[in-house]
Amino acid sequence: MNLKKLISKIIVYFLIVLGGFSFILPFIWTVSTAFKPDEQIFLFPPKWIPKPPTIIHFKEVFEFVPFGLLYRNTVILTLLNIAGILFSCPLAAYAFAKLRWPGRDVLFIVTLATMMLPPQVTMIPQFLIFRRLGWLNTMLPLWVPSFFGNAFNIFLLRQFFMTLPRELDDAARIDGCSFFGIFWRINLPLIIPAITAVTIFTFMGTWNNFIGPLIYVRSYSAMPLSLGLRMFQEAYSAEWGALMAASLMMILPVILVFFFLQKYFVQGISLTGLKG
Amino acid sequence: MGKFKKNKEEIITAYLCVLPWSLGLSIFIIGPIIASLIFSFMDYSVVLPPKFIGLANYKKMFFGDPLLWKSLYNTLYMTVIGVPLNIILSLSVALLLNQKVKGEAFFRTIFYLPSVVPQVAMSLLWMWILNPQVGLVNYILSLFGIKGPMWLASEQWAKPAFIIMGLWGIGGNMVIFLAGLQNIPQHLYDAATVDGANIWQRFKYVTLPMLSPTIFFVLVMGIIGTLQIFTQAYIMTAGGPMDATLFYVYHLFNKAFRDFHMGYASAMAWFLFIIIFAATMLNLKLAPKWVYYEAE
Repeated sequence: MNLKKLISKIIVYFLIVLGGFSFILPFIWTVSTAFKPDEQIFLFPPKWIPKPPTIIHFKEVFEFVPFGLLYRNTVILTLLNIAGILFSCPLAAYAFAKLRWPGRDVLFIVTLATMMLPPQVTMIPQFLIFRRLGWLNTMLPLWVPSFFGNAFNIFLLRQFFMTLPRELDDAARIDGCSFFGIFWRINLPLIIPAITAVTIFTFMGTWNNFIGPLIYVRSYSAMPLSLGLRMFQEAYSAEWGALMAASLMMILPVILVFFFLQKYFVQGISLTGLKG
Repeated sequence: MGKFKKNKEEIITAYLCVLPWSLGLSIFIIGPIIASLIFSFMDYSVVLPPKFIGLANYKKMFFGDPLLWKSLYNTLYMTVIGVPLNIILSLSVALLLNQKVKGEAFFRTIFYLPSVVPQVAMSLLWMWILNPQVGLVNYILSLFGIKGPMWLASEQWAKPAFIIMGLWGIGGNMVIFLAGLQNIPQHLYDAATVDGANIWQRFKYVTLPMLSPTIFFVLVMGIIGTLQIFTQAYIMTAGGPMDATLFYVYHLFNKAFRDFHMGYASAMAWFLFIIIFAATMLNLKLAPKWVYYEAE
């Protein structure tokens, strides 16, 4: 019995270490390529340790494309999207969860129904709207909509507001607090974990967004990293060292944010799984 | 709802709170839905004014565009093979990590990390990893004496290559499964053990039924997501070779933003909606056969 337990423990650890190793290997491979001098990149069998390691590919990235500008655009877009979502979504979620007003249930059902719709349906008319507004080749189509909310985030936050006890609100009412005050001073502080999750989702979504910039943006002045990296790849498809260096620089902030906010990442994902 | 004392302040606050979203919903969602439906009956190339053409777009879709069916086949291939593999792998990893292993947090991080990598960067990484001559995958295969395929350059192996790459990103589902597993009360396992259930029986009669709602959620979301696959193909293969990785949304994108057939692309978007809707309904219909919901 004990031997059997030992063996199964060994198998479990063996599988986890093997699996973990294969999951980390692509990262090691990428880092190794990014720091390799050109003549070592195409060696077969490959050398894992660059000899000597070089940062030339990281410099090349900035020479081949205006990488600093792309980076700046992405950061601006991300901040604007987060600001927009945090402005529009918690308020609407609060109204759906806590306030009583005519039309609430209908509007909520419509909100839920639109979540079923694939974004491709609205993509073309949205493009035509932004085109008519003269917003093509600017960053505007990539952040303005966030200030008008997003069904998924509103739904998620509403589920959290629903779990807060109504007695708190009632007590605050008796003390003469306004409904907005209840939202701002009592409800909002209690759902900070959910707000953090929504912020993380928005950050990831904006950093990741490719089809949006692909449709709306042509020139570097309004281009984020995702599309910039694609342009880079199109122009320098054989420069694997520089391509890996650029990819690493795009990935790095996401990984840093992940390590700092790991708890909230995991919480957010599992909460969507359970509440959604 | 029903009868409640109408409170003016409450109603005004509520309307102010939902004002941005009501505008967003009308301008960016409801309006475009209606417009898209109308466009789907029109010939619209953006530069010329739209022209009503009845059901011609839909007719062309079903009878005059073999590429559409090819792209649909490619997409369904990814869904039917990729989604179950993804669920099996993410559930297996979650089960392993749930065995009270030392360093669970560390390994969880390692398995989760790839799923935060932005898609464009992930595509570039995997183009290099899958490089037939000097890539990581074929190098490892060569260690076992296997000559790896051409992957992205091969009509036969391009889709499997995308599926393998997708498996690198199981982290999100793994975390969802871990949360689900940790919600299963220990006393159920204890009771099963007392009744003499072995590890496989405990998995089959306790874990699987208790986890089935989570599996259902992951399955439905996985199918919806895979039916919309686009970015990887756009960057890694441009739909090739021989349209082997031309997926439905890619074809739609080409029609709309390469050929400027906005009406036709709108019709395609509605067909996609119907496919997604049908798949979801089918899942809901089949759910009672295997999804176990605890009696409240």
